[in-house]
Amino acid sequence: MSRTYQLTQLQTLESEAIHIIREVAAEFERPVLLFSGGKDSIVMLRLAQKAFHPARIPFPVMHVDTGHNFPEVLAFRDKRVGELGVQLVVASVQEALDRGFVQAPPDGTRNRIQTPVLLEALEKHQFSAVFGGARRDEDKARAKERVFSFRDEFGQWDPKNQRPELWNLYNGRIHLGESIRVFPLSNWTELDIWQYIAQERLELPCIYYAHERVVFERNGMLFAANEFCRPRGGEETFTAKVRYRTVGDASLTAAVLSDADTVDKVIAEVASTRITERGATRGDDKFSEAAMEDRKREGYF
Amino acid sequence: MDLLRLATAGSVDDGKSTLIGRLLYDTKSVFTDQIESVERASRDRGDDYVNLALLTDGLRAEREQGITIDVAYRYFATPRRKFIVADTPGHIQYTRNMVTGASTADLALILVDARKGLLEQSRRHAFLATLLHVPHLVLCVNKMDLVGYAEDVFERIRAEFTEFAAKLDIGDLTVIPVSALIGDNIVTRSAAMSWYEGPSLLHHLENVHVASDRNLIDVRFPVQYVIRPQSDKYRDYRGYAGQVAGGVLRAGDEVMVLPSGFSTTIASIETADGPVEEAFPMMSVTIRLTDEIDVSRGDMICRVHNTPAVTQDVDAMVCWMDDVPMRPGQRFAIKHTTRSARAMVKDLQYRLDVNSLHRDLAADHLGLNDIGRVRLRTTQPLLCDEYKRNRYTGGFVLIDESTNRTVGAGMVNEAR
Repeated sequence: MSRTYQLTQLQTLESEAIHIIREVAAEFERPVLLFSGGKDSIVMLRLAQKAFHPARIPFPVMHVDTGHNFPEVLAFRDKRVGELGVQLVVASVQEALDRGFVQAPPDGTRNRIQTPVLLEALEKHQFSAVFGGARRDEDKARAKERVFSFRDEFGQWDPKNQRPELWNLYNGRIHLGESIRVFPLSNWTELDIWQYIAQERLELPCIYYAHERVVFERNGMLFAANEFCRPRGGEETFTAKVRYRTVGDASLTAAVLSDADTVDKVIAEVASTRITERGATRGDDKFSEAAMEDRKREGYF
Repeated sequence: MDLLRLATAGSVDDGKSTLIGRLLYDTKSVFTDQIESVERASRDRGDDYVNLALLTDGLRAEREQGITIDVAYRYFATPRRKFIVADTPGHIQYTRNMVTGASTADLALILVDARKGLLEQSRRHAFLATLLHVPHLVLCVNKMDLVGYAEDVFERIRAEFTEFAAKLDIGDLTVIPVSALIGDNIVTRSAAMSWYEGPSLLHHLENVHVASDRNLIDVRFPVQYVIRPQSDKYRDYRGYAGQVAGGVLRAGDEVMVLPSGFSTTIASIETADGPVEEAFPMMSVTIRLTDEIDVSRGDMICRVHNTPAVTQDVDAMVCWMDDVPMRPGQRFAIKHTTRSARAMVKDLQYRLDVNSLHRDLAADHLGLNDIGRVRLRTTQPLLCDEYKRNRYTGGFVLIDESTNRTVGAGMVNEAR
C-alpha cells in the first residue's frame, strides 16, 4: 500500500468480498457457506476467515456430496474444516438416491440431481443465505447474476426479476421459505483466484497441480479412469501428465494436459490459456449454449 | 496492477456489443471455445461476419429476441490494469440498469454512431453518468469507417457534445473516433485517422487516473459488524468491522461516533494480516477504540470536526426502478450505508425529463425509470453526505416492505 491510496486489484476484490460476507453475517440469521474443497470455495473460506478474524467464522459450511469424489479433495475438505473449527454439514446425493428422493439419470452423472439434494438440505437446516463460490467470468448466465441472488421457495433463479444492486448496498430481505444465494467472488476471474492463492499461500488439493494419471479421451477431453468413470469400448487408457482446472463430480470433470506443478507455473499457464475453465473441463456444459442458465433456473448453485 | 470499473451504455445499433467484444478479443480475454461458439452461432444466424456482439449477449431469451435485458458484467485485463465492465442496454426503459451499472463505475463509456450523430439517448446517458457522479466520461464516435474517417464529421459531433456537456457537471471528458468492427483506435492508433492526435481507447482506459477520485478528506467509517470472539485468548476483544467510505484513518486519531456523539481515539486498525497504519477507501478493516463505548451496526465513525449530516429529513434525486409507481405518502424500507430504517415520501418536488432535463413540477408520481427530486422523512436519523461529495454516504436504496423488491435508488442532494 502506497501513499497514493490506491488498492491493487486483489486488495479491491478481497475488500469487496469481505464486505459482502460481513453484510450477510450481520443481516441473516442462518447463513451457510458451500464448501466443496475446490479452489474457489477454498478462497471463499479464506475470505470468511479474514472477515471475522480473530473470531471464528460465525456460520457452518456445507458440502453437497455427489458421492463421486476425488479422495484427495475429500481429505482436504475435512482437514481444512478441522483447522478452522467450523461445523460441517454434508448433504449426501448417495443417501438421497438410496432412499429414492432422487433418481440417477441413465448416464450415471450426478450434477443435475445435486439441485434437489441441495434444496432439501437448505430447507431442513433453514439456511436462508447460502454463500457460493461462483464467478461471473465462468459462464454467460452467471455474468448476469447479482451478488445477492434472490431465489423463490423452489430455489429458482429468475433472470428477468433480479433486484438492482447499487454501490455496496445489498437487499437481503426475504419472506419465509425464500433464500438468497450470495456470490462474494462474483468479480473475480480464474487468474485472480490463482494470484490470490499464491499471495495467501493457500494449500489446495494436490490434483490442481500437474501429476501423472491414467486417463482416456472422450469428446476431446481427458477423463481419469476411476470407479465412477470407466472407458467405454474404443477408448484407450494411457498415462499422461495432467492437472485439474476445476474439481467437481469425478465422473464429469476432465483433466487438462499440464506441466504446471507449482502455483507460479499454474498462474503462467492460466494467463496464457486460450480455453475457458468450464469449456475445458466440464462435460455437462458443452451440450447446450444455455446449459447453465437452465440449471440455475432450477435452483442450481 | 489496479482495477478500473467502467459502465457502458448504448444500443445494439451503436455497436456497443461489438466494441466490448473487440476489447475482449484484442486483449485476448476471450477464449477459443467462446470464439468457436460465437462463430457457430453467427453461422446459424446467417451473419456475413463473425458477430462479436454475440460474445456479450448472454441469456437464451436475449439471443432469441436479439435484446439485452439486464446488466452484464465482463472482465478483461492488460498488464497494467484489470477492467470490470458493467454492460447495460441503452434504451429508455433500461434507465434503471444504467443507473445500477454507473453507481460503482470509475468511468462511463458512451457510444454514438458517426452517421447519426448525437441522439436523444446519448444525452440521456451523459446525464445519467453525471447524476451518478461517474468521474470520467468517454464518448466513442463509432463507425468512423462508414463516414470515410472524415475529420469534420467527428469534429461536428465532438463540438455538439462538448457544448451539451458544459451544462452538466462532467469532471473529465474524452472524445475518441473509433471503428469497433474494424478495430480503429481501439487498441492502437488508427492509420486511417492520422488527423486524430489523442490516445486509443484502450490506452486511455489503461492510463486514466482514478486514485484521486475517492473522497480522501472526510473520514467516514460505517460500522458494519461488531467482532467479539467468544474465546479465552481474546476475552475482552471488541472490534468494529467495516469498509472505509471516506477519508484516511490512522491509529491515534481522535474520532467521534455518530449518532451518539461520543468522542474517543482509534487504538488500532486491524486486518487478518495484522495491524495497518492507515485505512482508506474502500479497505475492509477492523477498528478498535480506546474507550469502551456502545457502538453497533449502523453507527458511523468520523472526525470530531468533520461529521456527516445527522438527519431524518432527506432531499434526494430518486431513480424509480419498479413497475408500481412511487407516490407521496408511501412508506418504504430504506438502506443507507449499514443503516436500515423506514422512510415516508413527504413530497415529490418535480419529475425530471432525462432527455430535455425539463422539470415537471406537476408530476404526482414516479413511474418505472423516472427520475425525480423527492423529500423523505425517515424513522431514524441517517448519517449522510451530499452524494456528489461521497457516493457511499450519499447513496441509498428504497425497498418495498411487502414485495421486498428494491424499488428506488436515491442520491442525497442536500444534507442538513
